[in-house]
Amino acid sequence: MSEALLPSIWFFLWGLVWAIYFALDGFNLGVGMLAGFLPQTEQKKLISSLGPFWDGNEVWLITAGGVTFAAFPKLYAVMFSSLYLPLIIILLSLVFRAVAIEFYHQSEDRNWQKVWATTLSVGSFLVALLFGVAFGNIFQGLLLDNTGYHGSIFSLLNPYGILTGILFVLIFAYNGNLWFAYKTGNDKGFTIAKRIYPPLLLAAVLFLISTAFATNLWSNFLGLPLLFVVPLLAVVSLLATRMLLGGGQAAGSLLAGSLTVLLTVITCVIGLFPNMFPSKINPVYSLTAFNASSSPYTLKIMLVVTIIFLPMVLVYQIWHYKLFAPARVDEESPY
Amino acid sequence: MDAVLLSRLQFAVTVGFHFLFVPLTIGFALLVAVMETLYVRSGDTRYKSMAKFWGKLFTINFVLGVVTGLTMEFQFGTNWSEYSKFMGDIFGSPLAIEALMAFFLESTFISIWIFGWERVSKKVHLFAAWMVALGTHLSAIWIIVANGWMQNPVGYVLRNGRAELVDFVAVVTNSYAWHMYFHVILSAYVLSGFVVLGICAYHLLRGRHVEFFQKSFRFGLVIALIGVLGVALTGHFNGQKVARVQPSKFAAMEAIWETGREIPAYLVVVPNEESESNPVEAVGIPGLTSFLAFNNSSAEVKGLKDIPLAKRPPVALTFWSFRIMVLLGIYFLAVAAFGWYLQAKNRLLDSTRFLKLLLYSIPLPYIATNLGWTVTEVGRQPWTVYGLMTTAKSVSPAPASNVLFSLAAVIVLYSALVGLDFYLIAKNAKKGPEPISEAEDDSTVVRPEFVLSSNS
Ligand code: HDD
Ligand code: HEM
Ligand code: HEM
Repeated sequence: MSEALLPSIWFFLWGLVWAIYFALDGFNLGVGMLAGFLPQTEQKKLISSLGPFWDGNEVWLITAGGVTFAAFPKLYAVMFSSLYLPLIIILLSLVFRAVAIEFYHQSEDRNWQKVWATTLSVGSFLVALLFGVAFGNIFQGLLLDNTGYHGSIFSLLNPYGILTGILFVLIFAYNGNLWFAYKTGNDKGFTIAKRIYPPLLLAAVLFLISTAFATNLWSNFLGLPLLFVVPLLAVVSLLATRMLLGGGQAAGSLLAGSLTVLLTVITCVIGLFPNMFPSKINPVYSLTAFNASSSPYTLKIMLVVTIIFLPMVLVYQIWHYKLFAPARVDEESPY
Repeated sequence: MDAVLLSRLQFAVTVGFHFLFVPLTIGFALLVAVMETLYVRSGDTRYKSMAKFWGKLFTINFVLGVVTGLTMEFQFGTNWSEYSKFMGDIFGSPLAIEALMAFFLESTFISIWIFGWERVSKKVHLFAAWMVALGTHLSAIWIIVANGWMQNPVGYVLRNGRAELVDFVAVVTNSYAWHMYFHVILSAYVLSGFVVLGICAYHLLRGRHVEFFQKSFRFGLVIALIGVLGVALTGHFNGQKVARVQPSKFAAMEAIWETGREIPAYLVVVPNEESESNPVEAVGIPGLTSFLAFNNSSAEVKGLKDIPLAKRPPVALTFWSFRIMVLLGIYFLAVAAFGWYLQAKNRLLDSTRFLKLLLYSIPLPYIATNLGWTVTEVGRQPWTVYGLMTTAKSVSPAPASNVLFSLAAVIVLYSALVGLDFYLIAKNAKKGPEPISEAEDDSTVVRPEFVLSSNS
């Protein structure tokens, strides 16, 4: 086996796990952002619709963390300690997001519910925004040398980072509204989604263009033009979701919206390869799939474990989605 | 304060919070699965309402277990980056496997358990309960395999400037880890049993839902007794393991200063770290410590004075944590045995004082489990990985101010959430079970929302 094969396989598995996380938790975060702005009855339904999903989705993030640690320990160490404050804020926001979903229903008191709905919105928003900012900066490269990272939380707030953050927020909010429309058949979900779409499209176009200038992501694609299929499909699904929405097809539209997220992340991962935490100072300091990876032995063990367990996870998670995702419009109440 | 101390504090605080919820999750998952099995087998809806009542407390507890675990997963990177770089080749895998093998299982099936009463068949629902129980027990295996490796590193070589895995099987079968595993699982049963007993006592004292809580009491008693006996036994073997693998920890646990043979065990000991001696030592049994550690009353036990100061753990903290844990273990044994006696004599309901004792004992197993981890972790100092890497060298280069910020945030925010969560558990526990209506048992009624509080 060639030396580069195992780390390369793991690089793409790593990217895939992140992509699945964002595709699944994305609409949960979107629902969360929306929740604080809804009147009571709708708010209650919407928040309760997250009940069966948020933890299963979050485990994809935990897996992303675990995979990073197991397959690329140096990356795990440098990335998470460099992005210390944003990551801590993300984690605490996720804590509050989850707690808010569960505590909301513990009392009928309106003030209690308002507090937790607001917490849910703020928490979800921060997670979406900061993940976007963090990944934008990773695509772009960071102030990294052999002694470590030299930026601060403010140096992350550069135009490209902020743009990526806004893109994350918009697409998640859009998907969240599609879930709202799908679960409740409520017109409001459709209306808001339609309103979010134009700025989303604008952000996506700006992102595509500025990626060409601010990052090296497109160079892998230029080297192997066949790869352009992936971003192309991302664009297609972004257009398809709006068409399906126009036809009143909330479920199809949500599927396309989530597919957009999945394909966009995969596009960026392909563009990044083999970099994982690129240095803006000098590429020799970049952490790559090859210089940050675990030993071949560990990678092999982990691959065997993954090949056994990942399909099992997918099977029961899909079953679980089939069980709980469908809207129950036939009942007296819409679940 | 420097980043090392702050990071240690932060780790101890976050993991301590996490471990407030973990044992109840492990024990209740099993209890609820057993109760539901009885329901499905006998069709007796009283077991169903038991599964639902205790399951409800379980779910409120579960959420905080999950969110406090989430921050843990990333903390090795944020705060212990040098450790992660050096040990990640070995240490990362159990964490990743834990997520793949256990967390997905727990999180998926628990939502089927909570929200699926009317959506899946009885059998599938029961299956979900067992999958949750399996998930919690599996997750404990992997995290303890990881921690056990830090206590007793095996299956690695030092190569390419780091520890590299060469024998995965050795890491997984590390006997130190398995000693810890059974002790931890059984301590989770103790905790769960005593929580059940305490809540039952609360209602029995007030004469409410007497039949329900008498029945539940038996479940609590069984799991508590199994746990207590098991904890004492595995604890003993744990101690023997420590004596062989980590003599410095053992010496600190027992406050042994001078190396010697036939070391006695004293009932009352007060160690003094400054004078390197025990000013108070009373009621000794000759050779007992030697015997307990090595099955031989004349065996040699290493004393702290033969360990350089820089390689000794904090003695007082390790010593007192160990002492109190063991005393609590003896207390639990006595209480559980007495409860068994009263139960068998049918005198439970009249024993108001005993029931009160049970109610007030609820916090004690929480203290015992966290003291246990204090022994394990503080006693391992100054090492992160025993004999291989020190804590001071493990820490991230992150500025201390960042760590101070996160530590303060964690303490303030977690305390609030944890306080609120315990309040909610207590509120629901006090409310008591809700009756199972005939209609609901028909499984035709559709619950309108995915709301915990509506799964009456
Ligand atoms: C003896 C058992 C034990 C120990 C020592 C630990 N945990 Fe834990 N953990 C559990 C037993 C457990 C559990 C019982 O399986 C939990 C509690 C609630 C749950 O969902 O699973 C859990 C949850 C849990 C979660 C959330 C899973 C989810 O979303 O479903 C994470 C990410 C971690 N843990 C990570 C850790 C880390 C990084 C630890 C050590 C540093 C740690 N745990 C110590
Ligand atoms: C849940 C039960 C656990 C508790 C209560 C616990 C407790 C503690 C405490 C109190 C410390 C601080 C010790 C000191 O600095 O004096 C510590 C440190 C540490 N523990 Fe644990 N621990 C637990 C589980 C684990 C597990 C499962 C792991 C590994 C997966 C782990 C890894 C560490 C590390 C890396 C440190 C920091 C370095 C150090 O101070 O030694 N701990 N823990
Ligand atoms: C009754 C006598 C007991 C003995 C002799 C005993 C012994 C021990 C020993 C020697 C350790 C340290 C192991 C190490 O450092 O690796 C330990 C740890 C621990 N103990 Fe106990 N213990 C007892 C009771 C209890 C009780 C009652 C509880 C809780 C209900 C408990 C919970 C724990 C926990 C959670 C740990 C940390 C995990 C581990 O290292 O296994 N123990 N115990």
